[in-house]
Amino acid sequence: MFTKFFYELKNYGLPVSMNEWDGLLDALELGMAGSSLTTFYYLCRAILVKSEAHYDRFDLAFASFFKGVETPEGLPEKIWNWLDKELPKVEITDEMRRNHKKIDLEEMKKMLAERLAEQTEEHHGGNRWVGTGGTSPFGHSGYHPEGIRIGGESRNLSAVKVAGERRFQEFRTDETLGTRQFQLALRKLRQFTSRADGAKTELDLDATIDKTCDNAGRLELVWDRPRQNNIKVLLLMDSGGSMTPYSRLCNQLFTAVHKSNHFKDLKVFYFHNCIYDWLFHDSHCHLPNYTDTEHILRTLDPDYRVIIVGDASMSPFELMRQGGIIDWDLHNDKPGIDWLRRIRQRFEYSVWLNPIRKEHWEWTDGFFTISRIAEIFPMEELTVDGLDTAVKKLRSRSATGVI
Amino acid sequence: MSKTARYKGSSDYIVSDELMNSVNIAMILQKPLLIKGEPGTGKTMLAQSIADSLDMDLLIWNIKSTTEAQEGLYVYDTVQRLYDSQFGDHDVADIGKYIKLGKLGESFASDKKVVLLIDEIDKADMEFPNDLLWELDQMSFYIPETKETIEAKERPVVIITSNAEKELPDAFLRRCIFHFISFPEPDTMRQIVKVHHPDVERKLLEQAMETFYSVRNIPNMQKLPSTSELIDWLQALVVGGISPNKIKQELPFLGVLLKKNEDLDNLLNQLYGRNQQRAPGNITGSLNRFRL
Repeated sequence: MFTKFFYELKNYGLPVSMNEWDGLLDALELGMAGSSLTTFYYLCRAILVKSEAHYDRFDLAFASFFKGVETPEGLPEKIWNWLDKELPKVEITDEMRRNHKKIDLEEMKKMLAERLAEQTEEHHGGNRWVGTGGTSPFGHSGYHPEGIRIGGESRNLSAVKVAGERRFQEFRTDETLGTRQFQLALRKLRQFTSRADGAKTELDLDATIDKTCDNAGRLELVWDRPRQNNIKVLLLMDSGGSMTPYSRLCNQLFTAVHKSNHFKDLKVFYFHNCIYDWLFHDSHCHLPNYTDTEHILRTLDPDYRVIIVGDASMSPFELMRQGGIIDWDLHNDKPGIDWLRRIRQRFEYSVWLNPIRKEHWEWTDGFFTISRIAEIFPMEELTVDGLDTAVKKLRSRSATGVI
Repeated sequence: MSKTARYKGSSDYIVSDELMNSVNIAMILQKPLLIKGEPGTGKTMLAQSIADSLDMDLLIWNIKSTTEAQEGLYVYDTVQRLYDSQFGDHDVADIGKYIKLGKLGESFASDKKVVLLIDEIDKADMEFPNDLLWELDQMSFYIPETKETIEAKERPVVIITSNAEKELPDAFLRRCIFHFISFPEPDTMRQIVKVHHPDVERKLLEQAMETFYSVRNIPNMQKLPSTSELIDWLQALVVGGISPNKIKQELPFLGVLLKKNEDLDNLLNQLYGRNQQRAPGNITGSLNRFRL
C-alpha cells in the first residue's frame, strides 16, 4: 500500500532498493510503527536512508507524500497538552484545508523561510508562536513534515520550524556520491616497496624454508617488512571561472584523492587558468597564500605523480605570451607554456585531466590551448574511465615525449 | 518480538529519542546499526550504554588500517602448530586448539546475547565491509580447517561506527540500519556536560560553552573541537582555577580545544586581524602554559 511512497522516494533521488523496502515492510508487520506517523517517520528513515547526505531529500519526499495525513494521536503527549493549553482547540476547518491545497511546494518553502525568520526573533519566548502557527493555514500544511520532528526532540517545538530548518541540508553534498568509483580507480596508483622502515611482520616463506633446512629441519622463522605504497602525489587544480560548471566533478575527484589514504604523500595546489610563478594554497588563488612554482620544481622528487586538473581552455595569450596572465595585478616573465613544459620535464609521471568531454575538445573555444597543452601532457577526460587510463599512464613512463 | 528488551538510554549517556528509536529498530530487525557522525559525538559510547542498560556484555572490535575481515572471524595459528609439532611433545592433531576466534566469532559463539561494537569501520581497507556481508547477514561462518560452522546462538546487537573517512559500499549499507548523530545543540550539550561534570559552576559553564560554539563557528577550521574536547577543556578550566570572566578574553588552555597549528593561527587571525603576526602576550602565554 505504500508502494507509491517507494517511487516518491526514488523520484527525489534516494537510492532505495527492494532489500530495504522489504525490511521496512517486515518492520511494519512487526508493528514497529505503532499507529503514529512520527514513529513511522523514524522507522522509514533508519531503514531506508543510508547517508546523512540523503536526510534532506528524505524529509522533502516524506513531507510531500504524507502532507495530507492527520495523526494527532502521533504527537507526544507533552506537546499535545501544551498545544491544548495555548489554544483551546486545534481544529482543522474546511477553509484551512482548502487553503492548504492551494499551496504548492515552492510556495510552501518560501513561506516556511519567512516563518523561520520570524521564529528566530521570538525564539526565547517561543511558545505562543507555534500555537498561532498551528492554526494558520500555513501552520497546518507545515505541520505534517514538522509534526514528525516534534516527537523527536522537545526543543524543536515549532512544527513549521523543523521542516523549514531542514537540518540536514548542509550534508546534501552530492559530491560524495560517486567518489567511491574514483577512489577505486585511484587505488591502482600504487608502487610497492619494502624498503621503507617498519616492523617486520610478514613471514618470509622462502627465507624460512632455507633457514629451517640449514637448521636440519628445526623450524626457524624469518620475518620481513610488509611492502608499502611509496606513491607520492602532487595534485594541481584549476580554480578559474571557466571551471565553475565542473566544480561538482572536480569536488568528487578532490574528495576521492583526499580519502585515498594509501598515498605516502599528497600535496594539493591551485592555479587560475594556467600555471605561472605561483601555486596557490587555496582555491581563491590570493597572493599571500602561495608557494613558488620554482620551489616546487626544485624540492619535490621527480617521482611525484602529478595530476593536473583543468579545462585547459584560455585565451592563447595566457598560455603563450609574457605578461599574459589573466589576473591583472600579476605579471609573468615567462609564458605559461614554459612553466608547463618545465613541470613536465621535472615530473615524468604526469597527466592532465580535463573535465570537458573528449569529443568536445576540438569544438570548444579553448581548442587551441587544449591542443597545445595536450602536446605537453597526456590529456584524459575527467571521468572514471579517463581517470583509469590516466592512472595507468602515471604508473609507467608515458609515451608522450617532452617537447 | 515483544519480549525483546527495549533500549532506553543509561544514566551516564544522553541519548536523543531519534537515536533511541534507531537502536530499537536495529535490535528488533536484528540488523547491524551503522552510526555516523562527527568525532566526539559519542558514537563509541553508545555501544557501552546499550550494553549497560540491557545488562549485556560488550565486545569491541577496533578496526585499524591493517585489519582484515578474516581476523574478526577466526585466526588459524599455523606457526604455533608448526612449532608445537617440532619435537612431538604436543599433540597437534586437534586443529581446533589452534583456531582462535576473533571478536565477531566470539560474539557468535557466546551463549548470552552480547553487544558487538565494530569501531571505526572506515579505517579499514575499502573492501573490508564487503568481506563481512555474508557473516553479518547470516550471523554464521564456516571454518574449513575444522569443518565447523560457527553460528550465532543469540544474534548479537551489532553497532558499527564510522567517521566517514571512506565511503562504504552500497551492498553493505543496504544491510544496515543507519543513523547520523548530529552535533549536539547547546541545550543537549549542557545535559551531556552535566553528566561528566555534575558540579561545574554555572557561570563557568555558560562562558565556556559560548566560547566553544563560537570557536566552532569560525570558518575554515580544519578540525572542529568536539564534545570530548569541550569536556576536557572544562576539566582544565576547573583544575586551573580560571575565573569565568577571563575565559572569553584570554582563551586559556586553547590547546585542549584546537589540535592543529593551522587552526590556532586561524583563530588568532580571526580575533586579531590577518596581518598580526604575533598574538598578544596573554594568548601566547596561556598557550605556552598549556604546552608545558
